Amino acid sequence: MAPVAPRTGDAIFANIERVNAELFTLTYGAIVRQLLTDLEEVDEVNKQLDQMGYNIGIRLIDEFLAKSNVSRCVDFRETADVIAKVGFKMFLGVTASVTNWDAEGTTCSIILEDNPLVDFVELPDNYQGLYYCNILSGVIRGALDMVSMKAEVTWLRDALRGDDVFELQVKLLKQVPEEYPYKDDE
Amino acid sequence: MQFFGGSEISPSPPAPTASGNNGHMLYVFNRNGICLLYREWNRPLHTLNAQQDHKLMFGLLFSLKSLTAKMDPTSAEKGNLGVPQLPGQGCSFHSFRTNTYKLSFMESPSGIKIILVTHPRTGDLRDSLKYIYNLYVEYVVKNPLYTPGSPIRSELFNTTLDQYVRGIA
Repeated sequence: MAPVAPRTGDAIFANIERVNAELFTLTYGAIVRQLLTDLEEVDEVNKQLDQMGYNIGIRLIDEFLAKSNVSRCVDFRETADVIAKVGFKMFLGVTASVTNWDAEGTTCSIILEDNPLVDFVELPDNYQGLYYCNILSGVIRGALDMVSMKAEVTWLRDALRGDDVFELQVKLLKQVPEEYPYKDDE
Repeated sequence: MQFFGGSEISPSPPAPTASGNNGHMLYVFNRNGICLLYREWNRPLHTLNAQQDHKLMFGLLFSLKSLTAKMDPTSAEKGNLGVPQLPGQGCSFHSFRTNTYKLSFMESPSGIKIILVTHPRTGDLRDSLKYIYNLYVEYVVKNPLYTPGSPIRSELFNTTLDQYVRGIA
């Protein structure tokens, strides 16, 4: 019998080594601040945060799989559920919910009511275009990429911009079949 | 899955008397077929150069997985033999045993493949492979200076791995 995959990340979260939440939040803030100074353009910062997230995501997926006992998901619905219930809990300590499925089951929204990244943060007027948490969309994109799902992740709602919650839209573009990586004549 | 009857076959090497010397070699591949790590403890015969050897091993696993999925009697829908599978499709195998060695295999959904070749009488190593995957995460993936997809050069990982394999096989 295969071990039963967890429905929530509570147990794993309890066993994982954690750092002080404030240190984490402020460290992230310092990174964003530095990017704003270095890159000057808000759009460039958004792009850079997404890329940094992607680089984190392609590594994070292995830690996630190793610690969570999650095996292959049968469909994208299960995948989204696992990200929201297990993934977010494991790495951010919060639980997200999944809604707004389209008819094909390829697009959904992940709703984050509680977001530890944005404690202390208020967007000033000159940075209104900034997606402060853009690192998160990159992480999800990178992690999905490593399990052969090409996805597009965009922010639909952002509490820093006056919405009531954070809403990430995850759109599955395609699943890449596993292929033999060598050419015959090599 | 067993290719030959397990224990009665002779000639077979003597049963492991004490643990510590029955691990032959270990491979870690990533999703692109790149051999991230090859460790060898006890392998008197080399017939191929390292690169060919790795390719052969990866090819074997790839084909065997496709074959086991194709033969699965419990699943109604399966692709044709050799046709690439979508992630999540199909079953896989855990190990096979010959009269001289046992090969244990684990693949994570992210495509990391861990292969451990041991004495034919070693027991179920699935949990051990999982543990090795955890070691890989702790010592390799979490190292910020490790470039994903490049061969692993970590003394600490090697030492820990050697110790662990000595303890299980």
